[in-house]
Amino acid sequence: MHKIWLIVQREYTTRVRKKSFIVMTLITPLLFAAFMIVPAWLATVSDGAETVMVLDESGLFADKLQDRENLKFVPLQGTLDQVKTVYKETDNTALLHIPDLDISDPEGITIYSKKNTSLQTQIRLENILEKEIENQRLIASGIERATLEKMKPDLNIAAVNLSAEGEKDNNAIVTSVAGIAGAVVIYFFIFLYGVQIMRGVIEEKTNRIVEVVISSVKPFQLMMGKIVGIAAVGLTQFLLWVVLSFVVVTGVQAAFGIKPAPTPIEQLAAGRVAATGEEEEQVEKQAADSDAARMMSDAMNAVANLNIPLILGCFLFYFLGGYLLYGSLFGAIGAAVDNETDTQQFMFPITIPLVISFIMSYTIILKNPDGPVAFWMSVIPFTSPIVMMVRVPFGVPAWELLLSMALLIAGFVFTTWLAGRIYRVGILMYGKKVNYKELSKWLFYRV
Amino acid sequence: MSILKIDSVTKSYANHTALNNVSFEIPTGCIFGLLGPNGAGKTSLIRIITQITGADSGAIYFKGERLKPEHIRDMGYLPEERGLYKKMRVGEQLLYLAQLKGLNKAEATTRIKKWVDRFEIRDWLGKNIEDLSKGMQQKVQFIASVLHEPSLIILDEPFSGFDPINANLIKDEILSLRDRGASIIFSTHRMESVEELCDNIALINKSQKVLDGSVKEVRDTYRTDTFQVIGNGQLLILSPDFQVLEQHENHGVFRANIKLLNGAKPNDLLRYLIERVELHSFIELVPSINDIFIRKVKETHHA
Repeated sequence: MHKIWLIVQREYTTRVRKKSFIVMTLITPLLFAAFMIVPAWLATVSDGAETVMVLDESGLFADKLQDRENLKFVPLQGTLDQVKTVYKETDNTALLHIPDLDISDPEGITIYSKKNTSLQTQIRLENILEKEIENQRLIASGIERATLEKMKPDLNIAAVNLSAEGEKDNNAIVTSVAGIAGAVVIYFFIFLYGVQIMRGVIEEKTNRIVEVVISSVKPFQLMMGKIVGIAAVGLTQFLLWVVLSFVVVTGVQAAFGIKPAPTPIEQLAAGRVAATGEEEEQVEKQAADSDAARMMSDAMNAVANLNIPLILGCFLFYFLGGYLLYGSLFGAIGAAVDNETDTQQFMFPITIPLVISFIMSYTIILKNPDGPVAFWMSVIPFTSPIVMMVRVPFGVPAWELLLSMALLIAGFVFTTWLAGRIYRVGILMYGKKVNYKELSKWLFYRV
Repeated sequence: MSILKIDSVTKSYANHTALNNVSFEIPTGCIFGLLGPNGAGKTSLIRIITQITGADSGAIYFKGERLKPEHIRDMGYLPEERGLYKKMRVGEQLLYLAQLKGLNKAEATTRIKKWVDRFEIRDWLGKNIEDLSKGMQQKVQFIASVLHEPSLIILDEPFSGFDPINANLIKDEILSLRDRGASIIFSTHRMESVEELCDNIALINKSQKVLDGSVKEVRDTYRTDTFQVIGNGQLLILSPDFQVLEQHENHGVFRANIKLLNGAKPNDLLRYLIERVELHSFIELVPSINDIFIRKVKETHHA
């Protein structure tokens, strides 16, 4: 035990001191903060008002094109060629040419610009003109816009869970996000640090230090020490990321008075609002705003309704369980090969269940978190760390959770045993190309 | 009592036998040469002694006890393929390896200080291994294998990669370790250093022990009663007791290899020669361990 502890310490201290660790640990929160803050910052900094010159030969839009936020219209008179020359002498963004057109078949509207018009500007102009044409058509058929607005229903279906514990607000979006977030973190953690275990083993093997070390400790102790040490490195990094991200984001907010961009939950909740476009009539916008507000409060309620301690507990369990299960396999691969380029053939069968459970999580599991696929994948140890994390926020029967956990423990005991057998033979085997048949023989070698 | 007794050890891998019924003893406090050509089974035997692997059959006794895991603490091992953690500092690495051998931190630290002063490498303690030259790394590894003051030290090709100055330094250290009571197994296929250093040897070839014993015994066994004689004059031997194996003459100086026959003694030859020629030199031609090695390896090769 004491020796494993020494190995854990070595793995931990040498890795934590590495430049790459320090750089990664510092840069990721900065990137994360940038990801949160830059969009918000960009939104507050206006690109400068755009000015569009308008030649309206139809006369339909003459007084309708009013200046808006960041968009100014300058009406012009004359022929197209004249106007083009005028436009060329200005710094204005674009020249909008509306030919004499038929309201029932509006064709031939053109934007001229010196540079390519941005898609955003084009869509904005299209929206404005569409709305105006729609208005004209409504007037032509004798309907007033206000009347039409009154007829639009405003509906929001509340979903409530009827379960033993009583009624609970259920918000599929919030629950999904909570599940997927946990699954994504576990997925990346297994990959990032699993590969580190593999590299560490290959390094020891190619360095030949392994022979000195295992003349002092058992190969199994060396392997476990490495796995545990790297797990500690990963947890440290993860914690630092959480803390530093928080510090950076709040720090920048305080310094510049910028609100971070909406979190994914907020974005999803606000999705409907965004989809309807920004150039709404004032009335509609207010309605949408209140809609968004309601969805936000729904989302907050849903977050409050999640069983946070259970989710966190499961997260920690599957986080470590999944890592240990795969970590020992990565260690075994490292022991079986001489250099990293030979790892491909063995990496494949390990990567497949991980990638599949990751993809399934987004698709089948989220759609039907209680279905048979979800059940089996959340019980089989190779997929359960990811799939069960997706399911937990939706509520999983206790027996399924316990079964899954028990199997995961059994699974990692098994893979660790398996890896240990391969490891003890592999680390002393040099210059031999290994295949699966060879590996299976190693399992039963007497060493 | 012998420090290590190897009793009919056999070890085979999937498609070859590495050791076939090998037995010998290593006396306490000696430098023991474990000799053999490449691939003879030396490293396999060392790995069994250091308990990296186990023997298929046979037993090994360390200080009279059957080999068990606790014994590793009392052994030091310098593998032929040298390796250290590249990104680790010299001091930390030595400390780590010493602690793995069961030394506590304080004790390990004082011993490291002693050794780095002896090798005059104190300045390196804070350096990463990757910044050291290969010879420097080897010194560090040598220290690592003896830091815990084991009673059995196993050195696999300890001089490979050292320049003559450092090789001498290591040689002196090996001798002084022996004088302080340690037993040393010195595995090599280079014979020059064997006669200088080793008290006892065992020769392994093709997974079998070919011969073992003290260097003197071995050489005595292979004495051929042949003498090299150099002198002035006309050498003409007519006695049936002496056989001339080889003879050269150059400007009146002759050199001849003469074998004693029929139980004749060296002094008989000397007396015979003194009466006939002017003698400059008279040396017994004892086969070097190298000659014996080559001869035995060839013998087993043809057998």
